[in-house]
Amino acid sequence: MSQPGHLRLLEAESVHILREVASEFQRPVLLYSIGKDSSALLRLAQKAFYPAPIPFPLLHIDTTYKFREMIEFRDRYTTEIGAKLIVHTNREAIDENANPFKLGTSRCCALLKTKALLDGLRQGNFDAAIGGARRDEEKSRAKERIFSFRDDRGQWDPKNQRPELWNLFNGCIQRGESLRIFPLSNWTEMDVWQYIHTENIPIVPLYFAQDREVLVRGDSLILLEQPFIPLLPGEKPQRVRCRMRSLGCSPCTGAIRSDADTVPKIIEELVSFRRSERENRVIDHDQEGSMEIKKREGYF
Amino acid sequence: MAAVAQQSTSFVIEEFLAREHAKDLVRFTTAGSVDDGKSTLIGRLLVDSQNVYEDQLNAVARASVNHSAGPIDFSLLTDGLRAEREQGITIDVAYRYFATARRKFIIADTPGHEQYTRNMATGASTADVAVILIDARNGVLQQSRRHAYIASLLGIPNFAIAVNKMDAVGYREPVFRAIENEFHQFLQRLTAPHVYFLPISALEGDNVVRRSRNMPWFEGPSLLEFLESVPVHHRTRAADFRFPVQRVIRPNQDFRGYAGQVVSGSIRPGDSVLVLPSGLRSRVKSIETFDGPLEEAVPPLSVTLTLEDELDISRGDMLASSQRPPHAARRFDASMVWLNEQALDLSHPYLLKHTCQSVPAEVTAVKYRVNVSTLEHEPADRLEMNEIGVVHIETGRPIYFDAYSHNRSTGSLILIDPATNATVGAGMILAPVTAERERPRPEGDVLRDERITPIERISRYRHNGEAISLGDRRSLAWLLERKLFDRGCAVTVVEKASEQTLAALEDAGLLVLVVSGECADWDLPQGDAEAAAFVIAALEERETLLRPESLTGRERL
Repeated sequence: MSQPGHLRLLEAESVHILREVASEFQRPVLLYSIGKDSSALLRLAQKAFYPAPIPFPLLHIDTTYKFREMIEFRDRYTTEIGAKLIVHTNREAIDENANPFKLGTSRCCALLKTKALLDGLRQGNFDAAIGGARRDEEKSRAKERIFSFRDDRGQWDPKNQRPELWNLFNGCIQRGESLRIFPLSNWTEMDVWQYIHTENIPIVPLYFAQDREVLVRGDSLILLEQPFIPLLPGEKPQRVRCRMRSLGCSPCTGAIRSDADTVPKIIEELVSFRRSERENRVIDHDQEGSMEIKKREGYF
Repeated sequence: MAAVAQQSTSFVIEEFLAREHAKDLVRFTTAGSVDDGKSTLIGRLLVDSQNVYEDQLNAVARASVNHSAGPIDFSLLTDGLRAEREQGITIDVAYRYFATARRKFIIADTPGHEQYTRNMATGASTADVAVILIDARNGVLQQSRRHAYIASLLGIPNFAIAVNKMDAVGYREPVFRAIENEFHQFLQRLTAPHVYFLPISALEGDNVVRRSRNMPWFEGPSLLEFLESVPVHHRTRAADFRFPVQRVIRPNQDFRGYAGQVVSGSIRPGDSVLVLPSGLRSRVKSIETFDGPLEEAVPPLSVTLTLEDELDISRGDMLASSQRPPHAARRFDASMVWLNEQALDLSHPYLLKHTCQSVPAEVTAVKYRVNVSTLEHEPADRLEMNEIGVVHIETGRPIYFDAYSHNRSTGSLILIDPATNATVGAGMILAPVTAERERPRPEGDVLRDERITPIERISRYRHNGEAISLGDRRSLAWLLERKLFDRGCAVTVVEKASEQTLAALEDAGLLVLVVSGECADWDLPQGDAEAAAFVIAALEERETLLRPESLTGRERL
């Protein structure tokens, strides 16, 4: 057998991590965000336990502002592969009409994502939450462990992380504490796309270019999904050929102009197009180090 | 027209993907003292090999703290935590990713401060190459020696010693040669890996990606050229087959597979394997994966093996080459890097994680501490944070391992403090202490493979060799001998024996019941019958005695 290529090596590491989590924890859960990284993670989980089913449920934190196509995809795909799906929403906040225009992005994320996530994990009594975050996404993530400890309030202390050597992961926790597990830590955006291509992994159609109605605001293209997005004076939606580079909440995730309507074309675009993928997320740029602040508070 | 365009596009992309597919993955770690310019070097590698996104570069150009680092402060690309940006230093291991036309790279950028040695060990533990930076102006520092020692201790097979800031010493060759000579002498005292010295300037880009025009006297490849061509991945495949069982996959009555990673060697259907700790043998029936069965599995693939025989195997067990099995021992010596503020405590119980199992363990002695500047052994009875020493470890039940120098996966361990759950120590196993003493044998010993291994003894006797102290309870010893003998054990009672004799009896795989004036191994019940039952239960608990039912149908998962 020839030396396995980088995707096989990354896959082997991720499968090892997933098997460790399933074996060392009482109640693990996979945080499913519907995006391409989640799709890759789900495939890795299928591989890790084959021919047995995935031995833990999926948890989706639904802010109710996700793109419609994401929710359709979520329900169809998780049913198709026979995964158990739990959906959690901060109903209270939604009932009080929480949205990013009313509250600002920081406060809105804190309520609909961070709080909802911590509540969802607590309600399920989950002791390990598996996520699809990658270290190449953002600078504070570059320093996070694969088994990342959270105290009993779900918070991260970046200066007091457990040393992580070889592939010997320390999963020991007290009651109430938990671990976030990141099997894709060592994958890059390019690796994920190549994996989706070689493995033929289904993804949400929003990733593929198509003519869509958008608001053009500088470099950001905002898809019109929610009624509460205030139009600027004289602003009109335009039809633009575009696609999403990462999926989040529709008011806060911009599309990019693109003709890439297949996975190889997306990869080709990535090669020529050197901008990091979170750039179109309004929320990361609130302030310097904003991802670190969110993570300390319990955000993924 | 559109169809033509699409065709040419997909042709190009398919070629690209095929090239990408063939790339392997190399992990390297960078180490240097404070201000040696590690982050600058990494920034330079990323930027000059065109692996930095425009928006990241713009963000870095906007925010500049560390003006000494030049017009664009590359270190801002890697220092991700707020405290790091505020103080202009690197606190924690940062992982970075980049690719060239030949390889994909994972960099573990580790801080140089003395108090962060544990981070260096963390980054080094998985690295194929160590890039060690030395500031040309300062020469070889204690830190440089420490970094090389840790990198060598953690078994990194390739070193690149980059003498940085050559621009600050006028690119003069004698400066480089003097450092090379001095450090070369030090490196000769380490388990010498493959070493490459080169002069660079991370700030100016000399010999980082492109060869330097400022140093025509140096003809070697640039750092990136070295990283792109250095051989990796060969050693694990050539080593003996080891497969720690992570999980039993049993979706229904008809399928029973053992999931794990091939950590060394390779395996094919039909190969004979030894199952540990049971000592039973079987053959691999199939190598199962989601993508279909494989004809062969090589490191580090994660697969699921099925065996021809129905055996009881559970998480933490190991499948291994039956010709060349691992060591089995409850007592062994290990090099230990201490990672925690709370010093190593000989009276404290620890949890030891090794491959896929955790066992209770004690560190029973610190044999010596290593002075990392002089490499001298110093007497010590504890290890403080960031200290390195050789310790004697005793585990609650035998573990199956190879020396770390032969196998980084089966020779590594971590210690966890059960009181705080912190990872407190990182260990690299040197050799077993009593269970298998290497007996001197002539060079070119043709009977090497005929020698009886501990595993063979265990699979015959169904127990490990061990001396068990019963204090002065002579009548208990005779009763226990009878009970163990009836169970099929190889057992004997001794009253006076030297350490050497006891060790030899243990090596022979015997259970040795020792009656002496010394304390018993446990607080034993008064009555002999109760005490005998107690001892047997305790020996089963720590798997000195393999339970009879461990032959069939036990399911721990």
